[in-house]
Amino acid sequence: MKEFKKPISMKDVPTHYCPGCGHGLIHRIICEVIDELGIREKTVAVAPVGCAVLAYDYWDFDTTEAAHGRTPAVATGIKRVLPDRLVFTYQGDGDLAAIGTSEIIHTGNRAENISVIFVNNGVYGMTGGQMAPTTLLGQKTATTPFTRRPAEDGFPFKIMEMMAVLPGVTYLERTSVCSPKEVFNTARAIKRSFETQLENKGFSMVEVLSPCPTYWGMTPLKAMKRIEEVVVKEYPLGVIKG
Amino acid sequence: MKEIKYLSTGNEACGEAAVRAGCAFYAGYPITPQNELTAYMSLRMGQEGRTFIQAESELAAINMVFGASVAGARAMTTSSSPGISLKQEGISYLAGCELPAVIVNVVRGGPGLGNISPSQSDYFQATKGGGHGDYHIIVLAPASVQEMFDFTYDAFPLADKYRIPVMVLTDGMLGQMMEPLQFDENIKPPQEIEKPWALRGASGRDARAVKSLMLGVGKGSLEEHNEKLQAKYRQIAASEVRVEMYRTDDAEQVIVAYGATSRIGRSCVDRLRGEGIKVGLVRPVTLWPFPYDEIRSLADKNASFLVVEMSAGQMVEDVRLAVQDDKRVSFYGRMGGGIPMEEDIMSRL
Amino acid sequence: MTVKNIRLIIDKERCKGCLLCIEACPRGVLSVAKGINRKGLKHVEVKHPEKCTGCGMCIVMCPDCAIEIEKES
Repeated sequence: MKEFKKPISMKDVPTHYCPGCGHGLIHRIICEVIDELGIREKTVAVAPVGCAVLAYDYWDFDTTEAAHGRTPAVATGIKRVLPDRLVFTYQGDGDLAAIGTSEIIHTGNRAENISVIFVNNGVYGMTGGQMAPTTLLGQKTATTPFTRRPAEDGFPFKIMEMMAVLPGVTYLERTSVCSPKEVFNTARAIKRSFETQLENKGFSMVEVLSPCPTYWGMTPLKAMKRIEEVVVKEYPLGVIKG
Repeated sequence: MKEIKYLSTGNEACGEAAVRAGCAFYAGYPITPQNELTAYMSLRMGQEGRTFIQAESELAAINMVFGASVAGARAMTTSSSPGISLKQEGISYLAGCELPAVIVNVVRGGPGLGNISPSQSDYFQATKGGGHGDYHIIVLAPASVQEMFDFTYDAFPLADKYRIPVMVLTDGMLGQMMEPLQFDENIKPPQEIEKPWALRGASGRDARAVKSLMLGVGKGSLEEHNEKLQAKYRQIAASEVRVEMYRTDDAEQVIVAYGATSRIGRSCVDRLRGEGIKVGLVRPVTLWPFPYDEIRSLADKNASFLVVEMSAGQMVEDVRLAVQDDKRVSFYGRMGGGIPMEEDIMSRL
Repeated sequence: MTVKNIRLIIDKERCKGCLLCIEACPRGVLSVAKGINRKGLKHVEVKHPEKCTGCGMCIVMCPDCAIEIEKES
């Protein structure tokens, strides 16, 4: 008897993600939650522009692309037309916290009844490791060769903390995937976000601290350690609202 | 059939038509000179229990329309020139993903912030792209409040039929002026069609994706997709051209004008005909697909053409393409919100 | 019910050699294989199958669904 099979909602194909990339983990966690809740057939997901642009090749449920950053606006359109479906967006640092800042804030402000999975790995992976709004001070990236300095490059962006003041936002939690315990925690948080939506309780978002071994210039194991020891100091884990 | 008739602005006529055509989702952002339209939609969509969102930007609005269209709904957004510039990315995505949508541009003076007077300087943007990539959208150009209603009503089934964005290209004058509007009080929305490509949840079927990203080669490649799009555009060009030929049968000189300018052109034709001068008017109703053949047929009869636009001259290039003889095509235009006067047009004929 | 045979199966072509499973395993069941897979990556192999209790932590940490467990009871 086979146990611990891959989730039904996940297609049985190899992914293009780098070794140790958080996307593989988070995709699987989302699929496990969808299987557990039995909602695969009513899920409509919105994929971002970023490393996860090909998410629709891995998820076995209806998925649409979106222009970079407009993901929450696309989700708004879908959810307003199909209010009884499970509609979620999956977005990276650039998609959500740079080009899409307006869309995510206003989607939360309108209390749109959708779920957002925000993958925070502190860089722009797909385009070659440039600075993201979430890059830490002192971090070297393709566009911060002198490391990130506040005067020239601003500060690490805390979109979740900013959105906590919006009355339309119901639930915000930050988790990570750097250990089995954290993986389970992320699954619990994503499940809570989906349940918030299914119970029509408003907008929710889970920010998952994720590794980018390639552009952090370290092994997957060291990248997970970096999250545990360094990243969480800037982006503390836990429930931010709700 | 019970006709109702009332005095309406073009903007509100457009909005009423969208509601009557079964528009289920509207997202817009305030911008002059189409604010009456957005406000009207907020009232009427609410009355009908449908979705109205005043989006945070024109960018967000076109992308909300993208989402509503992905989910299979009839969706519309409206704006004016600078806002339509913002929407270009979204329009390219709609075209690439083959999603139906209706976009209304109530054109104002440009470039940049410009002014709020009527203009026709977005012709290139509407018909030659505006957004990136090889695509076209159908462009309808009303010339009256009644046509603001009729063409908007037609835009929805046209968009659904061809899975293409349809733009109603109008201007601030048509949008804000008032004229009698009439339609059947019990008018029904155009028949909804099956949308097997829509995403509503993978129940009882395989999961689907809506996307315009195609990275492979050969089968399923972007080149193949583009060939499919081009074939669609050729089919539309062969069957959906709409043009009005007014008193052109024996015309030696032909005014070519669309929208509000065509009304001024029509007056010029009538006045000059009254003096025995053989002038006619070609009024393109679809700006894309453009009535090249109809204009060419007049060129073959040795007519000469005066193209009149509220711009520096944009449609004139398509007329030149049709006529293939630059000596016989001249242009008169007013820019930056200026409106051509009959005397100035007639003096050039 | 007693769990008799626990078989850990690693799809070596799916494995990208991230080694997160090795770190997650509390019993030292897994290690880096000597060879490489078709993608040229140093994949993981089951070194000490007899030590496996089927806890599944390796599977929890695998980003590529490259590990499965078979249990007979």
